[in-house]
Order: sequence, then C-alpha cells, then structure tokens
Amino acid sequence: MKPRIVPLGDSSVIVQFGDEIDFTINQRVHALGSVIEATSINGIVETVPAYATLLVHYDPLILSFTQIKNHLQEKIAQVDEMTSRKFRLIEVPVRYGGEYGIDLEVVAAYLQISAEDVIRIHSDKIYTIYMMGFTPGFPYMGKLDDALVMPRLETPRTRVPAGTVAIAGSQTGIYSIDSPGGWRLIGWTPLRLFNPESDSPFLFAPSDEVKFIPENVS
Amino acid sequence: MSLEIIEANGLATVQDSGRRNWRKFGVPTSGPMDAFAFHAANILAGNSPHAAAIEIGLGDIALRALRDCIISVAGVGYGLSIYIWDFPLWSSYYVRAGWMIRLNKLDSGMWAYIAISGGVQTQPALDSRSTYLRGHFGGFGGRQLQAGDILKSGKPSHSLTELAARILPQEARPVYSDNPVVDVIMGPQDKYFTDESIAIFMSHEYFVSTTSDRMGYRLEGMALTHRNKTELISEGMTMGAIQIPSNGQPIVMMADSPTTGGYPKIGTVASADLPLLAQCVPGRSKIRFRETTVAKAQKKYHELMSGLERIVEE
Repeated sequence: MKPRIVPLGDSSVIVQFGDEIDFTINQRVHALGSVIEATSINGIVETVPAYATLLVHYDPLILSFTQIKNHLQEKIAQVDEMTSRKFRLIEVPVRYGGEYGIDLEVVAAYLQISAEDVIRIHSDKIYTIYMMGFTPGFPYMGKLDDALVMPRLETPRTRVPAGTVAIAGSQTGIYSIDSPGGWRLIGWTPLRLFNPESDSPFLFAPSDEVKFIPENVS
Repeated sequence: MSLEIIEANGLATVQDSGRRNWRKFGVPTSGPMDAFAFHAANILAGNSPHAAAIEIGLGDIALRALRDCIISVAGVGYGLSIYIWDFPLWSSYYVRAGWMIRLNKLDSGMWAYIAISGGVQTQPALDSRSTYLRGHFGGFGGRQLQAGDILKSGKPSHSLTELAARILPQEARPVYSDNPVVDVIMGPQDKYFTDESIAIFMSHEYFVSTTSDRMGYRLEGMALTHRNKTELISEGMTMGAIQIPSNGQPIVMMADSPTTGGYPKIGTVASADLPLLAQCVPGRSKIRFRETTVAKAQKKYHELMSGLERIVEE
C-alpha cells in the first residue's frame, strides 16, 4: 500500500501506512520517523510513531500543508530504499502473579491453561515496542501469542501501580506510572520505566525489542 | 526571589510554550490553554514568547512582588488590581517591591497569564518548565502553585522603564465570546460517521461540560452516530483534535491531551480558534462548529499571530 498523507488540523499530518497491527507496517512507520529525525527540516516540530501511522507535527507559520506533504513524499521514497535496521534488545525481569499480577489465575482459567503456561508463553517471545503513549513511557508491545489473547476489563481499575506487566487483546505492556488501567495484570517488574529527573528519562524507546525474564517466585 | 504567592484559590500552574520532542515517548506537551494570551503576556513583559509564566484559571490569585519588576497580564475572565489601582489586562506594568498583584475571577472567560520580566525560572523537566499535573513533573515541583511558594525570575531583556506601560490593542486580540463559533478542519476519520451525524455536528450547539479540564473539553449535545466502527488502532493526536467515543459526545483534546488515542477523530479545531474554545466556561458556554480548510485555517492563524507585533507604548 502506498502511504497516504492526510491532515490532522492545520499543524500536523498523519502518514497512514496501513490500518492494522502488523510488524512490517510498523517497521516502515519507525523507518520514516528516523529518516525525518536524521535530516532536520525547518518547520518540522516532532514525530509520533503509532502502530500503522506516523504523526508529524509542524509549524504552520513556516510550512504550508503542500510543502510538508512534498517533504514527506521525498522522505517516504528514501524509506523504501532502506535496508533493515538493528534493534536494541532490553531484558525485563518479571515477578509473575502474586501481589501485583493479580489477574494471573483469572487469565489462566479464562484461557483454559495453567498459570505456568501463561508465564512460559508470555516470556518465551521477543516483543517489539510498536508505539508509546497512554502515559509517559508506556510501551505498547506485540504481538502476543494467540493462546494468550483475552479482552480487557469491562470497567478499568482506578489505580494500577507503576511497573505492572499486563496484557490486552494481542498486546502486552507495562504501566509506566501509577494510573488507571483496564488491562489484565499478570506480573510486576522492579525496573523504573520513567524518571523525569534523569538525563535519560525513559527505559524504552519506540521500536526497541523486549524480552521478559521470569523471576523465581517463592 | 521575585514573586511570592499570597493566595491561590484557582488552578495556578507554571507553563512555558510546551514540552516538545517527547511526544513519541507518550509525554503530553502541556503548556498554555490559550497560547495567544500566553504569548502576548510574555511579549508585553519583554520576554521570549516561549518563556515560562503563571497560568491562572477557575479562581483567584494574589501575589506579592519581592523586587521591582514588570508584570504583564493577558487573557479573559479576570479583573486585575496592582497595589491600590484597578488596571486593564493585555498591558505591562511597573511593579514596585512589596506591591500586591490580584487577579479576581469574573463570570466570563477561563484563563489568564501573568508574565514577569525575565520569565519565571524553575528547574526544567524534560527540557521544559510546563507543569504536567497528572505526571507530577515540570513547573513548580510538578504541582499547582499555593500560598507561600516563591518564584524566581530571570534577567529582564530591557530596562524596566522601557518595558512598562505597553499594551496590545483590542484589534490585535482574538474576538473572544461566551458562545463562540469555531472553525474545524474535518478528518481524518469523518467518514466513520453517518451523513446525518456530520450535518448535526455542523448545525447544532454543544454545551461545554463541567467535567472539562486541561486534558480535554467534553461537549454535550446531539449524539453523533458511528457508521460501524467506534474505535481504530491507536494513532497520534494533537491539541484541538475532536474525538468521538462510543457515546457519540465529542471531546476536544486540550493542552494536557494524551499523545495518542483510539477513538475516531471527526475533525480538529483550527489553531486560530483554539484560544476561543479554551476561554469557554464549562457549564455555561455553548459552541458551534464551522467547516474550514487547512489553507484557510493557516492563513487565519498567520493573521492572528502577526497581531502580536502590534504592541504599542501607552
């Protein structure tokens, strides 16, 4: 599919590469984001990658819609010529179940497998961070094994602690700050995903790869 | 030491022009609700338009100058008094050490900006002084201002006498209203809605709900109907974007908007009209939408922002 460039208001555009959660489509999103970042174009403010789209914020006092569209078409052509990139792999220790992974047993029962199976299947795979959003530092990761697909809660919890590992549909994520949340909570990591006082405030970046390492539960 | 907060009954926060370059990590820009009034206050005080200032909304604030400085106030919905005199907004004033500056909330309007010569100086978080209350960072310790807080300011750009008694004339300001008509650029998901719903959206009034906040203005009116899908896979969004969740009632994303969202966006409010929307009073204001194009909206924004160059000496 040839990407479409559509306006979102008068100071941002969305580049649509597709309309589904798909690894290849998402890779093109990140590739365009890095091509734009590598060449500073006067008037482009910043980009926000999502599953299948790249949002580009621009300054309408510097660039018109036609001008930003032309810039982006040029960059999209460069992405098509790019070869595959290398990814950062981050290992994340997880205490499954227990005090924080309060939905582990419910998830296992719903999926008609054992809690050990949930842990094994969830920690077996290397996930890609498709996008970040919801709260500062929250990684949307996929793609979850079909055996773990379960709908989110009907009524979200009002407070989920930072570090809680969760699943929803074909996605998995980690709550980055204490926040409301409707995903199924299966574990907890002691890693800090977001520290606004640090020089590198975020543990993850979009397009990183993540591997969960189960910690021994007593 | 420049300003002491004596009393803050409203929502008072430190905001600069917004937090850029962190949206891809899920960090909202924050920054002012009414960017035009914010820029005007800074320019009147001789500051960069991006400098940090105090945003006040919902209630009153009283401050004391701890040294001689220039204070400028711009916005809607406030009466201003300095020392023993009442003064109009959209102007800069020479304030002596020890004088009180009071902003009292009026019925119309929502937000005002208090800029000080040299700009408010706080420890930046993620390259910005904007307060993000939900994230507890930025501005003054990540929280709203309260009595006893003492703010520092930077070095003024000119002598105080040069910066005093300047005004942004009425003709250069947006035409604020209790019940404004705001321009909207339709899309990207306007096709998710029935033709009848698009017609309703363009012709009916929407109330600004009391559940509105710095994250989003929730509107109440005739519900809009999705053709079939009520959600899409999450994608980036921006201030002004109008999301329609499954109940059909629009939510306009504002300064603390999440960076991404999964509800269809019927359209986005034009940048030039965002100040008009921001100054609507929840529980009281009614708004109407009017379709525009990107080119027209950009031209209007150009004209509005060029008004900031029309500051005159009194």
